[in-house]
Amino acid sequence: MNGKTAIVGDGDSIIVFKAAGVDAFPAENDTKAREIIRKIAREYSVIFVTEELAKDLGTFLKRFDEEPYPVVLAVPSDKGSTGYGDNFLREAMERALGVDILFNKDNK
Amino acid sequence: MARLNVNPTRMELKKLKVRLSTATRGHKLLKDKSDEMIRQFSIIIKENKRLRDEVEKELSETLRQFSIARSVTPAYSAEAAFAMPSVSVTVDCKVGSVMGVEVPSMDLRSQKRSDGLPYAYSEITSEADYSVTKASQLLPKMVKLAEVEKTVRLLAEEIERNKRRVNALEYIMIPQLHETIKYIKSKLDENERAAVVRLMKVKNKQ
Repeated sequence: MNGKTAIVGDGDSIIVFKAAGVDAFPAENDTKAREIIRKIAREYSVIFVTEELAKDLGTFLKRFDEEPYPVVLAVPSDKGSTGYGDNFLREAMERALGVDILFNKDNK
Repeated sequence: MARLNVNPTRMELKKLKVRLSTATRGHKLLKDKSDEMIRQFSIIIKENKRLRDEVEKELSETLRQFSIARSVTPAYSAEAAFAMPSVSVTVDCKVGSVMGVEVPSMDLRSQKRSDGLPYAYSEITSEADYSVTKASQLLPKMVKLAEVEKTVRLLAEEIERNKRRVNALEYIMIPQLHETIKYIKSKLDENERAAVVRLMKVKNKQ
């Protein structure tokens, strides 16, 4: 199966990916992003979302966790990383293992 | 611990014994599955962390460079330069399996139409070239990260579900069956003793 890739985010961060061949969908706030993602979820198999938007869409994005596709990935925008990725990893680890095996250095 | 609501008969006892042996075997299997899934999970999550760090670092570098390019070009011409992408990217999507959990497995394929840059060199500064090239190079890694992260999500979900199953068997189902079997056994023994006593009494009267 051939799938397409899309990126949803605010204007400046996504335009460079447009040049790299990823379909870009500008969204300035989380309501708009939700609308777009809902529309494109069927059509695209990989959807990148900037972290600023992803952190407001938490429960909405959870519904994609049931099926292998589409894959939704939060990526940092031009404002830099918000730590969303690390938070996600920590959360998944605690749910599955009950212990922290990656970040335990930070706690000490 | 509550026992099951069944009649204390030999029939039920036999049925319950079968159920107990199935439950015990199922519990052992699920526990093994859980152990293996956790082992896989810890490998994958380490990979995820490494990829994520790399992608975040390189991506913010790329975007920083790109914002320099944008700042020296008027907004409208930058928009125009990027309006028509010259590359199209597709991903080859398959469904893989980690311990019976369906996970995505993707391969990036890009089709270049021209030299790779979607604009004429006169339109925008060279910083844009670097950032576009970098973004293209980064893309396979991002797709890989997407795949790994999704796997982590799916696997975490499955581990949680499996853990609940194991616990339900270990702490509810198996003790309940033990309790009920014990109850039926004692009931049957008592009936037997009562029968013996009754027989003795009957014999004494003759």
